[in-house]
Amino acid sequence: MSDPSHTLSVSRRFFLRGTGAAASGVALLNDARTAAAADDEPPILGPGAVPLTLTVNGRNFGVSVEPCATLADVLRGPLDLTGTKIGCDRGACSACTVWLDGVPVASCMLLAVDVGARAVTTIEGLAHGDTLDPVQEAFIAHDAMQCGYCTPGMVMSCAALLERVPHPAAADVRAAIGGHLCRCGAYPHVIDAVLAAGATRKA
Amino acid sequence: MSGINTHSEKFPFGIAGAGMSEIERQVPNDQPPPLPMNDALLVIGKPVPRHDGRAKVTGAVRFTVDVKLPGMLHARILRSASPNARVRSIDTDAAARLAGVRAVLVTAQKDSVLRYAGAPIAAVAAATPAVADAALRLIRVDAAALPFVVDMDIARRANAALVYQPGEPLPLNAVEIAVSAALPLNGNVRGPETQGSRGDVARGFAQSEVVVEGEYRTRTQTHCCLEPHAIVADWRADGLTVWMSTQFTTGVRRELARVFDLKLSQVRVKVAAMGGGFGSKSQLGPYGQIAVTLSRQAGAPVRLVFDREEEHLDSGNRPETWQHVRIGARRDGTLTAIAVEEFGSAGVGVGAGVGNFAQTLYTCPNFALAQNDVFINAGRGSAMRGPGNTPGAFAMEQAIDDLAGQLGLDPLVLRDRIDPSPVRREERRLGAAKIGWARRHPPGADTGTIKRGLGVAQSIWGANVTTNASCEVRVLRDGSVLVLSSVQDLGTGIGTILALVVAEEFGLRPEAISVHIGDTEFPAGPPSYGSQCTASISPAARTAAWKVKQALFRQIAPALAVAPEQLAARDGRIVVANDPARGMSFREATAGLRTEQLSAVEARADDYGGFRRHMGDMNGAQNDLGGVQFAEVSVDTETGAIRVERVVAVQDCGRPMNPMLIESQVQGGVLMGISYALLEERVIDQHTGRMVNANLEQYKLIGAGDTPPIDVLVLENYQGQSATDAYGIAEPSNIPTAPAIANAVFNALGVRVRELPMTPATVLASLGRLPHRS
Repeated sequence: MSDPSHTLSVSRRFFLRGTGAAASGVALLNDARTAAAADDEPPILGPGAVPLTLTVNGRNFGVSVEPCATLADVLRGPLDLTGTKIGCDRGACSACTVWLDGVPVASCMLLAVDVGARAVTTIEGLAHGDTLDPVQEAFIAHDAMQCGYCTPGMVMSCAALLERVPHPAAADVRAAIGGHLCRCGAYPHVIDAVLAAGATRKA
Repeated sequence: MSGINTHSEKFPFGIAGAGMSEIERQVPNDQPPPLPMNDALLVIGKPVPRHDGRAKVTGAVRFTVDVKLPGMLHARILRSASPNARVRSIDTDAAARLAGVRAVLVTAQKDSVLRYAGAPIAAVAAATPAVADAALRLIRVDAAALPFVVDMDIARRANAALVYQPGEPLPLNAVEIAVSAALPLNGNVRGPETQGSRGDVARGFAQSEVVVEGEYRTRTQTHCCLEPHAIVADWRADGLTVWMSTQFTTGVRRELARVFDLKLSQVRVKVAAMGGGFGSKSQLGPYGQIAVTLSRQAGAPVRLVFDREEEHLDSGNRPETWQHVRIGARRDGTLTAIAVEEFGSAGVGVGAGVGNFAQTLYTCPNFALAQNDVFINAGRGSAMRGPGNTPGAFAMEQAIDDLAGQLGLDPLVLRDRIDPSPVRREERRLGAAKIGWARRHPPGADTGTIKRGLGVAQSIWGANVTTNASCEVRVLRDGSVLVLSSVQDLGTGIGTILALVVAEEFGLRPEAISVHIGDTEFPAGPPSYGSQCTASISPAARTAAWKVKQALFRQIAPALAVAPEQLAARDGRIVVANDPARGMSFREATAGLRTEQLSAVEARADDYGGFRRHMGDMNGAQNDLGGVQFAEVSVDTETGAIRVERVVAVQDCGRPMNPMLIESQVQGGVLMGISYALLEERVIDQHTGRMVNANLEQYKLIGAGDTPPIDVLVLENYQGQSATDAYGIAEPSNIPTAPAIANAVFNALGVRVRELPMTPATVLASLGRLPHRS
């Protein structure tokens, strides 16, 4: 593992610039660039791999990746966390859903260099040791899957829902998985599973 | 069954809850005794969670796309952007020189024709996917554009551009779909295929008192498996190993051995988990050959995974159809004639017919079929969940609904008169009660903008069985029980079914059975297509388990001072059947084995009572599978939007093995049917010949927001035909959904929508508020 302090500072600076431009929208892009020019220039990343550190499932990983690599690519490739699946690679199916600071995102739509210091949680990091997350248990008990390819992403969105809404209604579950495509058609059992997991939750 | 010693056995027979009886059958002596009904069993017929559920919800399970091998290369395929072009030259020199490129393969030779946008031209294997992509951009293709046609109606015209010139060879092989070798080709139209016709329809129509007819259209649907087509090929001097997202490991092994001139023993095909197939992953395919060839060339493992666009363009699809259906009947509903004329397009391929739906569902002495393949410059069609019968049902079941209206009969009453199946009769009764059919109003009776309606449609599909299906059961000295077969789980849960069957025989819990499937090193299993997998492999598993159990009983009987026949396996113990206090635990029993293991490999026996038809390895059981589905819809007559409010699906699959997994599969069939009915369509631009929605945001699939409540009722239909008496469910559950919705839409509007997908525009056109599509 490389020295995290160096790579972190590089990627965080890049991340701040990127986020500022994205958050302020196109109209302010020029202002942001002007401000950046007055400050010291943000690093130009690439061509070629750049070092960065990702915090995934509570661990820091130092990796060297192409700036064009998505978070999904890096998770599945160098980190070998293949539980995260790629279905469309353009944000249409949500199979690649992971958490960024607890919020579900499509990891195929996020460059790894833009993750910065935010904590990534993947399907491999959801259980506590041998103890599955209640959503995972409920998915098994209610057969909320067939082929299982969309399942990791679906589980991540449903577990995030229960963090926000401990006792969701069916409409909440439908909304939470509204962007997830399941060709096997597991939606009814997914809804059953999440409602059951919510019903047995204390908080 | 000549030459096999048989004996007589009595089996439970009939539909549970609707008049059970017994049937006596001659059974080969090497078959296990009849199973009682599910309510007398411990694990079969119970909602047991799937055996790999934990691996799936934790992301631990490895799909083909997750396979990584040391030194593995990444392959990409260069595809035609043109819908029709003749290759003049292909220059791959620059690509081959690019650093990191390890193998280059040209698949489209000089003077060959690239007949559709997406047709493979060349492929490269490189150290990374990015290098492979860069290499594709360096390949220079010089090709002469040819006239093309991507619209089936235009392709039928006399002056249409020709997809195949006279005398050019046609690709006539198709999986799961019967294709006649010799049919005339006129322009782009191959046919008519009239096989299946019977009687004299002219006479039948002359005898009729009522005639209904209509034209129907269905559009091309793509499979959209969430896991793309994927293969990792590892060619070595001592043999070939392939990981592949496939519905048939044994079949792919056979194809690889043939194509690459290897012995079957030199080829190994593996698949741990696979992310859906729906008929599109039944064969090796050109892409499989490409990956293996690249691996042989590069001397390294090669990974080839389609992107989403390739999935739409070149992995198969459900062909579009145009159908004209005409039915003649007597006033009492008796059918006198059915005539189906069909033109369908499987792109550059064949097999775009409408199956045997109209031919077999209802009693009618006179039936005429004329189906035609229309070639267009688009990717090849393939089998897709209920091939033929799914588009066929959309037309035929609406025509029957029309006929009921013409006769002034309730559609269920008409079907009671013309459908000979006692199973579907019971399914109609159960489904009608569940959905509240009695509240169905006359067509278009609702006042107001939003109109509601109820509809029904039926399903028929062969109860298919492969007798070339083997399974091993192994018991080890520490009490481990293994079930092994090359059969693959495409998501339906066959591994769990095998565990249930073996657990039942040994009196163990299903979790105690270790499942080893998806590898041709194990005994050769059946394909996972044609809804034949469970019917084919579960009896073999039970027979093998039963034989191992007999061997175990013979070894431990002396210790209990009884004859082996007096022993029984239950609750984790081997006991004396009529004195259960005497016995030992299963582990104690196996600890004393004379050898490290007991094992048996068994194949699927013929159905007791025989098959109705044989098609190579695949056979048809005496009775078909069916199902009846009811849909409730609301239609907004201002926007044209249809909302499916509820579906009731009543299905049969012989003896249900696991109601929870069956419910999953039926819900999936219904949802794929709703999606087909309302949303899905491959759109090809006529000016460029290219698909414009080759993605998952503009090619629409149903999501959770449009998913209605789906009630699944599954009959226990005992026929006493095998060691498990189990049959399939995948395809029958998809066939009736779209016509049930269409009939509900008619009931809501009083106007029939005869075209898929039933989008708001289509509905408004049917209401006369928008022009119809040309």
